[in-house]
Amino acid sequence: MQRSRFGLGWMTVVFLFLYLPIFTLVVFSFNDSKLATQWGGFTLKWYAEILNDREVREALWLSLKIAFLTATASVVLGTLAAFAMVRYTKFKGRTLFSGMVNAPLVMPEVIIGLSLLLMLVSVQRAFGVPERGVLTIWLGHSLLGMAYAAVVVQSRLLELDKSLEEAAMDLGCRPHEVFRLVTLPMIAPSLLSAWLLTFTISLDDVVLSAFLSGPGSTTLPIVIFSRARLGMSPTINAIAAIMIFIVAAGVIFGSLWLARAEKRRAEEQAAAYREALPSP
Amino acid sequence: MTNAAVAVQHQSVKADDSFLTIRKLTKKFGDVAAVDAVSLNIRKGEIFAMLGASGCGKSTLLRMLAGFEIPSSGAIVLEGQDITSLPPYERPINMMFQSYALFPHLTVEQNIAFGLERDGMPKGDITTRVTEMLELTQLKQFAKRKPHQLSGGQQQRVALARSLAKRPKLLLLDEPLGALDKKLREQTQIELVNIIDKVGVTCVMVTHDQEEAMTMASRIAVMKSGGFLQVGPPREIYETPATKYVADFIGNVNLFKGTLSVDEPDHVVIQTPECQHFVSHGITGTLGMDVHVALRPEKISLQKKAPTPQERESAREDGFNCVQGIVKNVSYLGSYTTYHVKLSTGTTLKVMNTNDARHDDHRLDWDDSVYAWWDGSDVVVLTQ
Repeated sequence: MQRSRFGLGWMTVVFLFLYLPIFTLVVFSFNDSKLATQWGGFTLKWYAEILNDREVREALWLSLKIAFLTATASVVLGTLAAFAMVRYTKFKGRTLFSGMVNAPLVMPEVIIGLSLLLMLVSVQRAFGVPERGVLTIWLGHSLLGMAYAAVVVQSRLLELDKSLEEAAMDLGCRPHEVFRLVTLPMIAPSLLSAWLLTFTISLDDVVLSAFLSGPGSTTLPIVIFSRARLGMSPTINAIAAIMIFIVAAGVIFGSLWLARAEKRRAEEQAAAYREALPSP
Repeated sequence: MTNAAVAVQHQSVKADDSFLTIRKLTKKFGDVAAVDAVSLNIRKGEIFAMLGASGCGKSTLLRMLAGFEIPSSGAIVLEGQDITSLPPYERPINMMFQSYALFPHLTVEQNIAFGLERDGMPKGDITTRVTEMLELTQLKQFAKRKPHQLSGGQQQRVALARSLAKRPKLLLLDEPLGALDKKLREQTQIELVNIIDKVGVTCVMVTHDQEEAMTMASRIAVMKSGGFLQVGPPREIYETPATKYVADFIGNVNLFKGTLSVDEPDHVVIQTPECQHFVSHGITGTLGMDVHVALRPEKISLQKKAPTPQERESAREDGFNCVQGIVKNVSYLGSYTTYHVKLSTGTTLKVMNTNDARHDDHRLDWDDSVYAWWDGSDVVVLTQ
């Protein structure tokens, strides 16, 4: 009893620490007062202000665009990398390869950003392209996202029953058909998870974007960051609230959908076995 | 050579006219040979079972037939075509997997049609063939369901239908009933054999369950450490096991260690600490050599009184094939009862008697002193 009460208390403290700031942030985005510490009544004017704020609007649109491109590229590259690591266990330099795929996960982002910047600058000097902007941010984010996607897809591939792929081959599939017709549909849920994960990673990335963005390609987190340095304004609260809403909506709908599919599956399975039993 | 001998030889050549030939097939994983220079002929239309404990190499052999493992050396020839290095998708062989490996995102129908579509069969023909397979396996009402909406037995039938749909020359079964519970297994064994017979496909199966092998197969190969110990029909494997391991692995057996004390062309006598074993056939061996005597529990008679000479006609003298002991364990199992009889040498003799009368007046109980005897033709002498 004593133990569980302590556990409950500890859990409450941790969750308050995690979520209270976010909660306050959202609440104060409706605050009708310039002062962030004082409640001055309910208002939607900060949201209206964002709608009229061209910089924020463009940054949000750019961020969503980059996140979309990043997530897509990360999932494609990450899946290929994961497939190579799980299915081809014997090629030369495999350890080095998997180490390099996972390196961006542990490498400090500042270092990745800086080295990418140095490389891109010298490439641009030599060839005149690429101009720093959407393309360079996308490349940087995809580098990071690919590592995350590879981890997610790899874990799903590892638990996949290998005999499914063998059965496909046994029934006449060439290796690329096995991948397209059996492996891909089997790992589809993990591809969706990886896509959502890399989408969020890209959407709120500041460090890489700061190094790789050029004039006229400012992402939303960078806008928020630079405005916050000039002092907290309730518009930032509103922008943040919108971002939280986008991400939360994605996560909630995603998990609801998965949970419902899982539940329906379990019910159908139970029904099949009930039916197979002889009626009493 | 007489005409009859020629005829017999001709016939045996024809019977051995092999459909599938495995020649000195070896698979090494590192230094270990999982399958070691195995040679085998399989006849068209037979159900051949490879039986063995786990790790004996039976699955590796099956996977080499399917094309999932590349042999280190040796050859596989199917109907005169060397298929040793063909990839799985080019072999006229299909496999039913132990886990069934049904594609969970496809319906029963789509699962069965999967292989046919890969072959580029016209749509209409696919529909006909799928319907035929659904009827064969009595799955018609489940055609639109996904695998997870089926019971274990139904899934097994889908797996079978899918592996038969392409009309393979050779069907491979990997522990075909391993995932089913005992009651369902017995019923399914017969169903499975009936379907395979109806289709007439040659079949190689792998199992660790001797009952499954005996019920389904026309021939069995007992495997140990990558090689065959004995190949033959179920009855032959059971009644005349070639080695001690086979005798022990297939069914229950009493094994006695002894020496060959009388060696005549028509009979031999083996001396073991328990008794003298009179064997009513000759063996190839030398006097005084170490041998094992194998005796099936159901071949042994058991009663309280000493058997009369009429009861044991083939044991010509007293002291042959007869021991005395004390019942130490009685397990009543319905249709039969097993007894553990402790002999004076300390050995335990397993005896199995059918319960053919409902009220048995001569019922044996714990600590009863009993005589056990057996016929000289039931003794198997094992020299290896």
